[in-house]
Amino acid sequence: MATEILMPALSPTMEEGTLAKWLVKEGDTVSSGDIMAEIETDKATMEFEAVDEGIIGKILIAEGSEGVKVNTPIAILVEEGEDASALPAAAPAAAAETEAASAAVEAPAPAAAAPAAPVVDLSPDWPADAEMKSETVREALRDAMAEEMRSDEDVYLMGEEVAEYQGAYKISQGLLDEFGPKRVIDTPITEHGFAGIAVGSAFGGLKPIVEFMTFNFAMQAIDQIINSAAKTLYMSGGQMGCPIVFRGPNGAAARVAAQHSQDYAAWYMQIPGLKVVMPYSAADAKGLLKSAIRDPNPVVFLENEILYGRSFDMPQVDDLTIPLGKARIWREGSDVTIVSFGIGMQYALEAADKLAEDGISAEVIDLRTIRPMDTGAIINSVMKTNRLVTVEEGWPQGSVGSYISSVVMQEAFDYLDAPVINCTGKDVPMPYAANLEKLALITTDEVIAAVKQVTYR
Amino acid sequence: MAARKTTKKPNVSAEELTTYYREMLLIRRFEEKAGQLYGMGLIGGFCHLYIGQEAVVVGLEAAAKEGDKRITSYRDHGHMLACGMDPGGVMAELTGREGGLSKGKGGSMHMFSKEKHFYGGHGIVGAQVPLGAGLAFADKYKENGGVTFTYFGDGAANQGQVYETFNMAAIWDLPVVFVIENNQYAMGTSQARSTSTKDIYLRGEAFGIPGEIVDGMDVLAVKAAGEKAVAHCRAGKGPYILEVKTYRYRGHSMSDPAKYRTREEVQKVREQSDPIEHVREMLLTGKHATEEDLKAIDKEIKEIVNQAAEFSKESPEPSVEELWTDIYA
Repeated sequence: MATEILMPALSPTMEEGTLAKWLVKEGDTVSSGDIMAEIETDKATMEFEAVDEGIIGKILIAEGSEGVKVNTPIAILVEEGEDASALPAAAPAAAAETEAASAAVEAPAPAAAAPAAPVVDLSPDWPADAEMKSETVREALRDAMAEEMRSDEDVYLMGEEVAEYQGAYKISQGLLDEFGPKRVIDTPITEHGFAGIAVGSAFGGLKPIVEFMTFNFAMQAIDQIINSAAKTLYMSGGQMGCPIVFRGPNGAAARVAAQHSQDYAAWYMQIPGLKVVMPYSAADAKGLLKSAIRDPNPVVFLENEILYGRSFDMPQVDDLTIPLGKARIWREGSDVTIVSFGIGMQYALEAADKLAEDGISAEVIDLRTIRPMDTGAIINSVMKTNRLVTVEEGWPQGSVGSYISSVVMQEAFDYLDAPVINCTGKDVPMPYAANLEKLALITTDEVIAAVKQVTYR
Repeated sequence: MAARKTTKKPNVSAEELTTYYREMLLIRRFEEKAGQLYGMGLIGGFCHLYIGQEAVVVGLEAAAKEGDKRITSYRDHGHMLACGMDPGGVMAELTGREGGLSKGKGGSMHMFSKEKHFYGGHGIVGAQVPLGAGLAFADKYKENGGVTFTYFGDGAANQGQVYETFNMAAIWDLPVVFVIENNQYAMGTSQARSTSTKDIYLRGEAFGIPGEIVDGMDVLAVKAAGEKAVAHCRAGKGPYILEVKTYRYRGHSMSDPAKYRTREEVQKVREQSDPIEHVREMLLTGKHATEEDLKAIDKEIKEIVNQAAEFSKESPEPSVEELWTDIYA
């Protein structure tokens, strides 16, 4: 049967090209892989190979022709003993099909700005009568890992100095003794490599916890976190998930300067497929880490070195878990909403205490999870207080606060009585000198000043 | 190109040879069809064809057993067909349709099959190497006796994460076969211009990983080397490297005019070392098959590929709702 040979698309962007040269003539026999012609695309001259066997019955487009549209018949291939005229009138068959297929798909319209109160989960995280004991964030994180490792054989911990050294920041203290070297694994200093191995092991059915000595070093591994861990579920059409936790200290510690002092909340917050958690209190660190380990998705769990040694009330309940994506209202108030997370909460809460002395009632929300973000809790609060200040340690441009501002503008603009202010770290690399470092970080006084500005005091 | 070993009287059955012939031919015809559909605008973006390298995956799959895993880069169509994934599902993914193995959301470079233990299809050069070692880590952890074939090219062999992985695979004795598919060109850069070592597998020596060179145009040689490597891994001796010398006939991707090498160079390999012709000759000279038998196979393969192409055109585009699914489990 005679078949048409069509002008090929030879690059992702080619729509037409020049048929520079025929390397076959009418009557020639071609077989699969033979070069038939040279075609100039928008980028280069390409060789055009035969796919089917046959005889060149007729050449329809002469060499040297310019502007030949993709899918135009350029020759007719016939079988032995067949005449080129056997082919019914040439029609650009495939072109119509692709055009129809790529007909513009209308994106779902953005939700209309309906200022209706969002549904917010305000349920308590543990029973009100639970007994409380003081515990550090460090102990909370270790207990969370130990409990999950006890209940699930597939959970293991990997990272630099997590085993024999007992953790660079002693978060994994005692885990090697209890679980042995098969499940508590010291790695070489090779973040890119071990992050990739951990992601591969998650594809293979395990539930790794990867400790980065600090998240600054995870930049070496960010390709594996984003391209491999976060995107594979989508790219595989839902077949292959990646249950993994990447955890470690994030943000500024003290006097460790620019390369060791960076807050990555806003970086990872961008990525669909990732969940991003940044706890402040010990109870949240424990409950959220346990949930993160059980979550079937990749979770970036951002801790803070300064908070490791801080003590908080820990509810004495069995199997404390806190759902990802649920904010916590630390303090109710009526005049202004302060939203923060991680160590930013320290400044937010201190500011709220001092503001109370001045008669300003601040509602303080701890986001706890940055992605998915409990924007409902923020909107709900802003509808009551009509004023919003966000607090974070990261840089201002593309900050978590700037995203919150845009959400509040779109969904609760009519409720705002003042522009939203984002309190952030200064827009500079972290300096080493003690006085400069202090100036670069966010302070309680700056939060107080921002609140006074939005409340017109 | 390594010199062709003359395996005149190979210790191999007619059935086995026929299977290799069929599997390699399926890959070649499939890829030719994919090139054609690309030319028609039915396949978009990047499309990297495996033509010329067929003996590598077919030989190594012959050395694998059920439950073994495989992972590779973006030049992945051959690997998927060789491990038994449905040609229609692969082709429909290339055309970005609902019936594609990733529902049209992954495309040529990103396909997976849990059922066939195929872990992708990865678009970032070299990233699949630690991932493959991670799959082996999981097998070792679960003590299931599995081995993972981790494929990468001579180009990827210059990525740092490959050597980070060699180091950890060696210290942890991971059951992983690193398969360097050395087709001699990293996109348009020849190995001589990009790589300090002539034989890349020798880099494994620095990590204590044994390895060897394999003639990648000879499916029987590949299979034999694969069996040796797999036995090494299964015995708990850790990783093994196979540097398989091969050649791609087509450009790096569909839009590569391949001006960095001569037409004569390509033609010479095609004429003298073609892996499919090699098996065809063995079948004929060994009187394992007649021309007629082989023609029948050709016809059968053509039919499979045509059906895959038809399916890939008829399958609808994914529904609009698919934009928002599979982001979180």
